[in-house]
Amino acid sequence: MLKKYSATPYVIWSILFIVIPLILIVTYSLSTKNPINGQLVFSFSNYRKFLELKFINVLLKSVTLAFKATIICIILGYPMAMILSKMEAKLQKKLIVLFILPMWMNFLMRTYAWMVILGKNGFINKLLSMVGLNLNLLYTRGAVLLGMVYNFLPFMVLPIFTVLLKIDNNYIEAAEDLGADKLTVFRKIIFPLSMPGLISGITMVFMPAVSTFVISNLLGGGKEVLIGNLIEQQFLVLNNWNFGSALSVILMIFILVFMAFINKFDKDNDDKGGVGLW
Amino acid sequence: MVNKYIKRIYTIAIFLFLYAPIILLIIFSFNKSKSLSSWDGFSLKWYIELFNDKHIMKSLYYTLLCAVLSSIIATIIGTFAAFGIFNMKKIQRKIILNLNNLPLLNPDIVTGISLMLLFAFLSRYKLRLGFLTMLIAHITFNIPYVILSVLPKLKQMNKDIYLAAMDLGATPFYAFKKIVFPEILPGIITGMLIAFTMSVDDFVISYFTTGNGVSNLSITIYSMTRRGIKPTINALSTILFTVVLSLLLVVNKRSKSIKDLT
Amino acid sequence: MKKNVLLVLIIILSLSFLYGCSSNDEVVLNVYNWGDYIDESVLDDFTNETGIKINYETYPTNEDMLVKLTQGGSNYDVVFPSDYMIEKMKKEGMLSKLDKSLIPNLENIDENFSNLEFDKGYEYSVPYFWGTVGILYNKNMVDDKVDSWDILWDEKYKDQILMMDSQRDTIMVAQKKLGYSMNSKNVEELEKAKELLIAQKPLVLAYVGDNVKDMMIQGEAALAVVWSGEAYGVMSEHEEFGFALPKEGSNYWFDNIVIPKDAKNKEAAHKFINFLLDPEIGFRNTDYVGYSTPNKKTFEMLDDEVKARKGAYPSDELLENFEVFLDPGDFIEEYNRVWTEFKAAN
Repeated sequence: MLKKYSATPYVIWSILFIVIPLILIVTYSLSTKNPINGQLVFSFSNYRKFLELKFINVLLKSVTLAFKATIICIILGYPMAMILSKMEAKLQKKLIVLFILPMWMNFLMRTYAWMVILGKNGFINKLLSMVGLNLNLLYTRGAVLLGMVYNFLPFMVLPIFTVLLKIDNNYIEAAEDLGADKLTVFRKIIFPLSMPGLISGITMVFMPAVSTFVISNLLGGGKEVLIGNLIEQQFLVLNNWNFGSALSVILMIFILVFMAFINKFDKDNDDKGGVGLW
Repeated sequence: MVNKYIKRIYTIAIFLFLYAPIILLIIFSFNKSKSLSSWDGFSLKWYIELFNDKHIMKSLYYTLLCAVLSSIIATIIGTFAAFGIFNMKKIQRKIILNLNNLPLLNPDIVTGISLMLLFAFLSRYKLRLGFLTMLIAHITFNIPYVILSVLPKLKQMNKDIYLAAMDLGATPFYAFKKIVFPEILPGIITGMLIAFTMSVDDFVISYFTTGNGVSNLSITIYSMTRRGIKPTINALSTILFTVVLSLLLVVNKRSKSIKDLT
Repeated sequence: MKKNVLLVLIIILSLSFLYGCSSNDEVVLNVYNWGDYIDESVLDDFTNETGIKINYETYPTNEDMLVKLTQGGSNYDVVFPSDYMIEKMKKEGMLSKLDKSLIPNLENIDENFSNLEFDKGYEYSVPYFWGTVGILYNKNMVDDKVDSWDILWDEKYKDQILMMDSQRDTIMVAQKKLGYSMNSKNVEELEKAKELLIAQKPLVLAYVGDNVKDMMIQGEAALAVVWSGEAYGVMSEHEEFGFALPKEGSNYWFDNIVIPKDAKNKEAAHKFINFLLDPEIGFRNTDYVGYSTPNKKTFEMLDDEVKARKGAYPSDELLENFEVFLDPGDFIEEYNRVWTEFKAAN
C-alpha cells in the first residue's frame, strides 16, 4: 500500500502545478485574442511574429551573452575548483564555506551593489579619477556580462569541485609512474573525469543567464533587452500573454535542445539525474 | 615555489571579486548619509529605521513564513514521493524522474509565467493572488530538490532490512518509520535545507505569482532598486549575512565532511 | 526528538498563518498607488482616525497597474490612474461610479477640473495631482539653453541622458519632437517616432523609473525626461538643477483617484478619498511629492515660491502645444508593437 501510493500526492501535485500550467502556456502561445469578444482563437501568428529579424536578434543576443558568461565562468572557475580540491582539508573546509556564503545574500542585493560600484561616481570611477579617467561602466553590455559571471560563478565552481574531490588519487599517481607529465595527466585523466561536474556547471550557469531579466534590467539600464526582458514586458506591461507565451515556449525548447546536446558529452549520465546539482 | 604563490594570489583575487560588493554593502550600512558611494561618518540609524520600516518587516515575515512552510510541505511530499519512485518499475520511474526534472530544467521565468497563467485561470473560481499562490509556487519548485537529495540515500539503503521488518510483522508504515526514515534522514535534512534556501532566495517565480500586497524580500528589494534604494536594505543584508555566517560556522564545526555542506 | 521539534514548528507556523488570515475579517483597504506618490504618514493618520487598516502597494506605470487589475486575482479598492487610463478603464467598465455625497471635500477642488475630457463632473474619478513632463538638467553639466527636445538627440550629451522606461511617455517625446500629436493614430508617424527613438538609443545612458531623482542628484547624468513633481522635488534641495518645458510641446496630465468596479470596501474607499481631499492632508502630500495640487484650499496654503513654479503651475500660453493623453482604443496594439520593437532594437 504505502509503497504503491506514497508517490501519489506528488504525482497529483505535479500534474496540477507543472503539467497543466505548461499546457496553458502552449495553448496561449498557439492562439490570439479575438478583439471583439476576447475569446482565444487558434493561430500561429505569435510564432510568425517571432520570426521577424528583430526578435530572433534578441534571442541571439541573449544566447551570445549567456555563452560568453559561461565561458568566462569556466575559465575563472575551473582553476579555482582545482586549487580548492587540492588544498589541505581544514583550509578547504573554511574556503568552501566562504565560497557558498555569498549565495546566501539576496542576489538582487548583490547585483545592486555592482550598480553602486560601477556607477559614474562609483567606486571604480573614483579610483580611476586619480589618473584622470572616467569611464562609462554601468548600463552597458559589459556590465550585464559581469553581473552574470558574478552571480553564477559559484554554480560553476561547486559542481566541478565536488567531482574533482572524488577522483581517485591512484589514477593520477599511476599515470605519473608511467611517465606522464602534468599536462598529460590533466588532459587524459583529470579533465575527462571532471566532465560530469563541468557539464552540470555549464547548465547551471548558461540556463539562468540566458533567461534572466533582472540582471539585464538593473545593470543594462533598460537598454540591453534580452529574451527574458521581452517575455516580462509582454506579461507585465503590454498585456500580450499570447506573444509572451510563444516567446517562453521558444526559450523552453531552446534550452531543452541545448541540454540534450550538452548531455551527449556526459556518457555515464544515466539514472544519476542531477545529483551533481549540489 | 612560484606556483604556490600564483595559486594563492589567484584564490585571493577570486574571493575578493566575490566579496567586494558584499563588503561594500556592509560598510555603507553604517553610513550616516543615504549615499552608497561616499562615506559621511558612522551611524546606526539605518538599523533603527529598518526595524521601523513596516514594509520591509512585512516582506521579511512573508519570506520566512513562505520558506519554512514550503520547505516543510515540500519535504513531506518529496520524501514520500522519493520512496514511491524508489519502489517503482523502471519505466514508470523514468517517466516520473523526467517529470521531476522539468521544473529544474525550465528557466524560472517560464515556471513563474506558467503558474501565473494557471492562477489567472483559477481566478474565476475566486482564487486571489497572494500568499497562498506564492506558497504553492514555492512548494512546486522545492519538491524536486527534496526528491533528488532523498533518492540517493534510498539507493544506499539496504533493502533487505525493510523487507525483514515486514516479514517480522511490522506494518509498512511502522517499517518505514523505524527502518527507512532514520536511514534517509540526512538526505531529508539536506533536501529541506536546500528547499529553504531556494525559497528565501527566489525572486522570479514569486514576482509572477504573488499579489494583493504580499511580497517577499526579493520583490521589495527589486521595487526599491527601481525607486532609489535606501541603506535600510544594506542593514538588513548585513544582519542576514551575519546570521548565516554564524550558522555556517556552527554547522562547519560540527559537520565531519564537506559533503554535508555542498 | 527531532520529529517533535518539527511538529511544534509546524503547529506554531500554522497558527501564525491562521492568525494572519483571521485578522482579515476587519476592514482592510487595498490601496494601489504610484511609487513615492504620497506622504506615507498620511496612511497611518487615516487608520488612526477611522480604524480602517490600509494595505498599501505601488506600481511604476499605468500599464503595469492595468495588467495587475485585469489579470484577475487582485482586489484593489482605491487606484490612481492617469487621464487616458481612466478613459480606457471607463470604456471597459472597470470603474465604479462615485457617490459624491460621501465626498463632501470635493468642494475644495478647483472648478476647472470638473470639466476634464476623460471624466466630466467627477462621475468616476476625482483629481489627485496633475503636472507636466519636461527636461530636468544639471546646470553644471549643461551649457546650452534647454528649451527643446532636440537636446536629447545632441551627440554632445552621449551617455548623459536619462529617458523614462514608460511606453507612452517616451513615444510622446519623439512624437512631439517630430511635431506630431502624441495621440496620433497614424502608423507612419508612429514608425517615424520609433526610428527616432532607436536612433537616440546609443546616446541614452539608461531608461529608468522612479530612481531618476537619485541618479540626477548623484550626478550620474546631465539631462532627464521627468514629471514636473520629480523635478521640483530635486530642485528644492539642490540649486544646480533646472527644469524646462520644451517649446515643441509636451504632455500635461491628471492622476485621479478611482474605485475599481470589483472593489470590496467601497464605503471605506469613499472615506479614504474624502480624507485625501482634505486641505491639510492635501498640503502634506503636495509638500512631499512636489506635484501640482488641484485642491484650491491646499494651493492657498503653499509658499509663494511654490506657487510661482512655472513648470508646475504653467500659464495658459505655456501650455499652447501641450496635450493630454487619450486612450487610443484598439490602436494601442500599434503603440505596443512600436514599443516592443524599439525595446528589441540593438
